[in-house]
Amino acid sequence: MNPASTQFKANAREALHDAQLQRALTNIRSGFVAKRRAALEILPEFEALRRAGKAIKEHALDNLDLYLERFEHEVEQAGGQVHWARDAAEAREIVLRLCREAGAGTVTKGKSMVGEEIAINEALEAAGITPVETDLGEYIIQLAGEPPSHIIAPALHKTREQIIELFREHHVKYGLTQALETVPEIVDEARKVLRDKYFAADVGITGANFLIAETGSAVVVTNEGNGDLTATLPKTHIVLASLEKIVPTREDVAVLLRLLVRSATGQPFTAYTSFFTGPRRAEDPDGPEHFHVVLVDNGRSAIAGDADFREVLRCIRCGACLNHCPIYNAVGGHAYGWVYPGPVGSVLTPLLIGEEKAADLPNASTLCGRCEAVCPMSIPLPKMLRKHRERQFAERIVPPRQRLALQAWAWLASRPGLYRPAVRVGVGLLRLLAGRRGRLRSVPLAGAWTQARDLPAPQGGTFIDAWHKGRRR
Amino acid sequence: MSEAKQAILARLRANLSDPETRRGAVEQRLDAHARGPAPAVDADAAADFIARLEAAAATVVRVHDGDAVVAEASAYLEQRELPPRLLLADDPWLQGVAWPQALQIDVGAAAPDSLVCLSAAYAGIAETGSLVLLSGPVTPTGLNFLPDHYLCLLRTVDIVPRIDDLWGRLRAEGRAMPRALNLITGPSRTADVEQTIQLGAHGPRSLHVLLLDEA
Repeated sequence: MNPASTQFKANAREALHDAQLQRALTNIRSGFVAKRRAALEILPEFEALRRAGKAIKEHALDNLDLYLERFEHEVEQAGGQVHWARDAAEAREIVLRLCREAGAGTVTKGKSMVGEEIAINEALEAAGITPVETDLGEYIIQLAGEPPSHIIAPALHKTREQIIELFREHHVKYGLTQALETVPEIVDEARKVLRDKYFAADVGITGANFLIAETGSAVVVTNEGNGDLTATLPKTHIVLASLEKIVPTREDVAVLLRLLVRSATGQPFTAYTSFFTGPRRAEDPDGPEHFHVVLVDNGRSAIAGDADFREVLRCIRCGACLNHCPIYNAVGGHAYGWVYPGPVGSVLTPLLIGEEKAADLPNASTLCGRCEAVCPMSIPLPKMLRKHRERQFAERIVPPRQRLALQAWAWLASRPGLYRPAVRVGVGLLRLLAGRRGRLRSVPLAGAWTQARDLPAPQGGTFIDAWHKGRRR
Repeated sequence: MSEAKQAILARLRANLSDPETRRGAVEQRLDAHARGPAPAVDADAAADFIARLEAAAATVVRVHDGDAVVAEASAYLEQRELPPRLLLADDPWLQGVAWPQALQIDVGAAAPDSLVCLSAAYAGIAETGSLVLLSGPVTPTGLNFLPDHYLCLLRTVDIVPRIDDLWGRLRAEGRAMPRALNLITGPSRTADVEQTIQLGAHGPRSLHVLLLDEA
């Protein structure tokens, strides 16, 4: 998918005025957020798990080279093959070659964020191969021709009415004559149509939540069972995964699963957690004959060597930071303009597509810190967002006027003898201007801010004055 | 070694210390199978298992012998007004019980329209309420994913407290990972339409566990 992150401001404005989207977004609080909280209230071990999970990922990153080699060895022992891809283009080439070797006309797909990142569907279509998304959310947005708007709930932005309309439009060819009404009807219709697709597909492509070095297994976590049918019915199973998915042992995966599922959906465990290791054995009655893992770097090895951002590679893609982000909750995922939205997306996107192509994202944050507070991997996301801002300033991506303002502010703020009286004057001036209403309708140089709200006049003295008077707690 | 692999490893190693100085520790880490923290599990693992699996919208009944398995499976079909037909895994124990004449028993792999299947789990996990299915001749994976109704036989003695205990048991038995190892916790579900949970997305619409307490 072509990044549209440069249009963040316009996208966000549009999203704020999209009534359907706003209605869809209200489901986050009663859904993901409430369920996660309930799940953690009955898990006193959460903090211990969090520390253990972080340690596992740190150790894996510190030895990524060795674990990747071991993983490849184990996959080969089990009869599968590992392919290494430096970038998105190389990953697409490998998948296309494997599909051609399998004589593929149709490919079923389990949900894969790396698949979105390397735009595999577009590449398959261009090669005359039909990709069919099987996760219901992914299927819905494939019908709509849209990218996902959430890491674990790709169609979160769609209302039931919009989904019904999509099925009405696209399922006539499958004999759908009556309009669907209820959620069970929608799910049944998708089940019926996709059931045939699973059996018709020549290749199944899934992502992986984890890769296990010890056994050469790819772990796929789903609730629908679509990943399992995709991995079991076609003759070839291709796993797409980025390098940092690797963990040493099955015991390590157990720790990460305990964190992932509760942080993502608030469930204690998903309906299906599956470990795929190699192709079908000689005595197996079912399963694919070929098993491939495509290891995608696409910027990870560079991030691994970047001290400021290395820790983002601990991310297990649970989506908790999105669900708890006031910005994500206000504008939804599409406004971010690329594959990964929300706080983790604002950290990752500039690293993967370039700082200048995603300059607005790290600035679209109040740095409230909720993302870091809920992250099961304790990734310091606010600190990283600030690092991006610093880089933008250093690389002169920040527009000249803004640079000048920041420089002026920095000059003043680093001179307390000037700063303190200046603030005192400012406070008095604002209070004077606000008059008896106590609020200002517009403020010079802050027109954009006061366009949508009034600025309340400052109450009391400055912080430093209060501090000196000893009114501290 | 492929050019891409070489390049990726070289980039990673540019920021890491000499792999030879780390290799020993990594091998040790892999062999230690150290367990991490885990939620508390009830001393009665079976009770915990049942509670968690039922919370995930599965149904569980306890049975004591083959005859009870037959009775439960038959009752399941009757209560739901399903045709008297059952697809079994190629499992000697399951085929050895006295299935009634009135019930059509098929044996083999599942088809796109298989309605009711019965196979046996390798283990159960109390911590999560999960069934453990290993792909293989006796338990082809399709049986637990394709039918509308999946019936699963699990021996109570095979319930282990934690996920880690499953790994321990596989190692103790010298079993390598099968092509597919499925942890199944309830019927298939989706919440992709307005976060409303709906059962029966792509896999079974219902999961019924026959928990066998053998004498």
